[in-house]
Amino acid sequence: MAREAPALSLRGISKHFGPLQANDDISLHLHAGEVLALLGENGAGKSTLVSILFGHLRADAGAIEVHGRPLPAGDTAAALAAGIGMVHQHFTLADNLSVLDNVMLGTEPLWQPFSRRRAARAHLLATAQRFGLAVDPDAWVAELSMGERQRVEILKALVRGARILILDEPTAVLTPGESEALFTTLAHGVAQGLAVIFISHKLDEVLRVSQRIVVLRAGRRVLECASSGASRNMLAEAMVGGSVAPPVRPARPVAGRSNPVLELAAVSFTGARGKPLLQDIHLAVHAGEVLAIAGVAGNGQQALAALLGGGARPSAGTLRCAGAAIDHDPRAWIAASVARIPEDRSAVGLIGEWPLWCNLMLERHRRPAFARGPWLRRARAHRHAATLIERFDVRGTLSRGADTPARALSGGNMQKLILARALAGDPDDSRPPRLIVANQPTWGLDVGAVAAVHQRLLDAGAAGSAVLLISEDLDEIFVLADRIAVMHAGRLTAAQPAAAWSRAEIGLAMAGGAAGRAAA
Amino acid sequence: MFRIERRSLPSPLALALAPLAAIGFTLLVSSLLVAWAGAPVGRAYALLLEGGFGSRFALTETLTRATPLILTGLAAAVAFKARLYNIGAEGQLYAGAIAAVAVGGLHGGSGLAVPLPLLFGAMMLAAAGAGAVLLLAPAWLKVKLGVDEVVTTLLLNFIVLLFVSALLDGPMKDPAAMGWPQSVALQPALLLDPLVPRSRLHTGLLVALALAAGIWVLLRFSVWGFELRAVGANAQAAAFAGIPPGATTLKVALCSGALAGLAGAIEVAGRTGYVTLDMSPGYGFSGIVIAMLALLHPLGVVAAAVFVAGILVGADSMSRSVGAPTYIADVIVAVALIAMLTAAGLAQYRLVRAAAPR
Repeated sequence: MAREAPALSLRGISKHFGPLQANDDISLHLHAGEVLALLGENGAGKSTLVSILFGHLRADAGAIEVHGRPLPAGDTAAALAAGIGMVHQHFTLADNLSVLDNVMLGTEPLWQPFSRRRAARAHLLATAQRFGLAVDPDAWVAELSMGERQRVEILKALVRGARILILDEPTAVLTPGESEALFTTLAHGVAQGLAVIFISHKLDEVLRVSQRIVVLRAGRRVLECASSGASRNMLAEAMVGGSVAPPVRPARPVAGRSNPVLELAAVSFTGARGKPLLQDIHLAVHAGEVLAIAGVAGNGQQALAALLGGGARPSAGTLRCAGAAIDHDPRAWIAASVARIPEDRSAVGLIGEWPLWCNLMLERHRRPAFARGPWLRRARAHRHAATLIERFDVRGTLSRGADTPARALSGGNMQKLILARALAGDPDDSRPPRLIVANQPTWGLDVGAVAAVHQRLLDAGAAGSAVLLISEDLDEIFVLADRIAVMHAGRLTAAQPAAAWSRAEIGLAMAGGAAGRAAA
Repeated sequence: MFRIERRSLPSPLALALAPLAAIGFTLLVSSLLVAWAGAPVGRAYALLLEGGFGSRFALTETLTRATPLILTGLAAAVAFKARLYNIGAEGQLYAGAIAAVAVGGLHGGSGLAVPLPLLFGAMMLAAAGAGAVLLLAPAWLKVKLGVDEVVTTLLLNFIVLLFVSALLDGPMKDPAAMGWPQSVALQPALLLDPLVPRSRLHTGLLVALALAAGIWVLLRFSVWGFELRAVGANAQAAAFAGIPPGATTLKVALCSGALAGLAGAIEVAGRTGYVTLDMSPGYGFSGIVIAMLALLHPLGVVAAAVFVAGILVGADSMSRSVGAPTYIADVIVAVALIAMLTAAGLAQYRLVRAAAPR
């Protein structure tokens, strides 16, 4: 690799938030035509570092140079002008605009009387073609899946002529196939002189995609190495500062084919504009088993998750829980002892401004456990919250304990909080939930948090809960599932035992190829 | 060199100091205007304070003025807390006043044979109901069709005022008023008792204070308040947790409208005895300012209402003595609102001494 001036160099970046040292004297260099992986658990300081780089935050100390020229601190416009493009973990798209509008947003001067849509569209399509990112410029962002939205985010950066691309957890929302496409895209871009910072905590993909790896832990750079010389174990240990055990599969009673806990018969769901999102879904989940639904984002999982939680009403077909028809109302599902883990932790799962103890009361705030007549039992809720925080190992509450606002937690701890509420929310009822519906439960979580979530789900299955897992992560599915069904274009294959599927077969079914075989 | 960064957790001390900082800033800005008007700043403020709070008369006048403001402030605070932007308290106040007179005045002497306490209750209930129904329609349109309630409630104010105007010149006109557009009067027995002798202050203040305390208790300690706040803080998460945002919004609308309607009835029964078109100098709109000044806290609403009322009353006497225009009162209230909102926002941030970059 040529050793001219690096495309990007960071020297001695430090940043603290109160008592927390998020970045501690971090230096790194990035050359044109390479992918540098930034590896670390949540809270290791990756996001802080790139926020500083992109000008969202200002470092306490340190300097940044782009192509040998100093970059003014805390100036996003300067970072953009210097050719730094950022794809955030949480998308920054306007839902109520089209793809083209989102890409154009902010690129045109305000005094220009007419927007040059035709030129912008041509430019967008050309860029999309060049990098192999298929998009429909006129699609409405609100209707895109997570995976599709991310493609728009990447395109947005590329269309603006980014030469340094920062991808924050880019594969967190992608399926294996989409991830492959992304890796190809990156290889393509890198060959054309793009410099990429690839932030992730997934070891395999980091080893695959990057040339160099920098590992952060607790705000410090603990390891830098060439990807070719690195091993999974070495990276994992550098990340967590110890070794990580895989989840233990507890012994469980062999599930006799009892009556199913959840049963869907001929369920269809039609979305806005008459688009059929689910077609003729048949599904049965039994006590004590983990049934996983694999599939590429945007194939109807959102609609299915909404149905399985009372958030929507099917256009046809019946849903039965524990043998009885169930109302299309979240309250009915909560009352039927269904633990729901929503895909979007911060927007749907929690009320960010509220303290943890209030969030932990949600769903059951009308039960005798938390309400005496019309009055809340605040002291009891507070005590229960403190217990759950301890039991589910929710960290990051600083000095405020259960009074910490939920938004102050990291993603992994938010998920632990939601798990705590879903699995043990009622202090008067220690039975495990009858059914757990987990939608993308480890989306964007670090290794440690993923292991904790997986263990909770396996334990719940062993304790007799039926677990329905909706996931786009095949690794996760093979770790957890007893049976697997694949979703494609709103249709679901029959569920087969996990051992009966090979990765290749699932991949094919996810692409719509082998639906006939699996459904047979 | 200093710069501003966001706090990871809000600081209770900063939040507590924010109102004081806001008042200080307001007095500073307003003193420039007083000085510009050619009046001595120190004396003007002293007179303002004395005129608003400095004597028995000043205090009772201020509290009389604060009574409807507390109620409209509560109406706005409750609705805003659930993200229902009720800008129609003015109209709801008039609807409540007219309903009160319709029950307690029209049948006045003509022998609606109902015991007095029952008639009083019916009068208050009619006023609350009129305000509630008036807000229920916009809230229903918002829930079912997504119609922006800011527009509908704002425009309803004008419709209600014109409607009241028609009534005052028509079926509810007082024949004894010599042609003035003025409604028939309430039965004297239905008027609220004076709270302090030889003043206009009436027991309506106690009702307003009790309602403020009651709303605070409900919001903080009841299941209903929990659900209301959940819908306001994150409607999506509330819906997921089984709290129906639509139904909750409708309940909040009933409550908010009823409070504004009661403001009208209490103003009629406590002060005027009949309805005129200039009965409220914008109490409904001032309620919004007061709710925002109080950062939507029901007990804060009481403080904010007394503050605003005191400024308004005090400005009259100040203006008579030193010749600064009474408009200064509006300026003070407006600056206080902006300063308060800014201070509450800034309390989320802090100044950090930066190590000089590079």
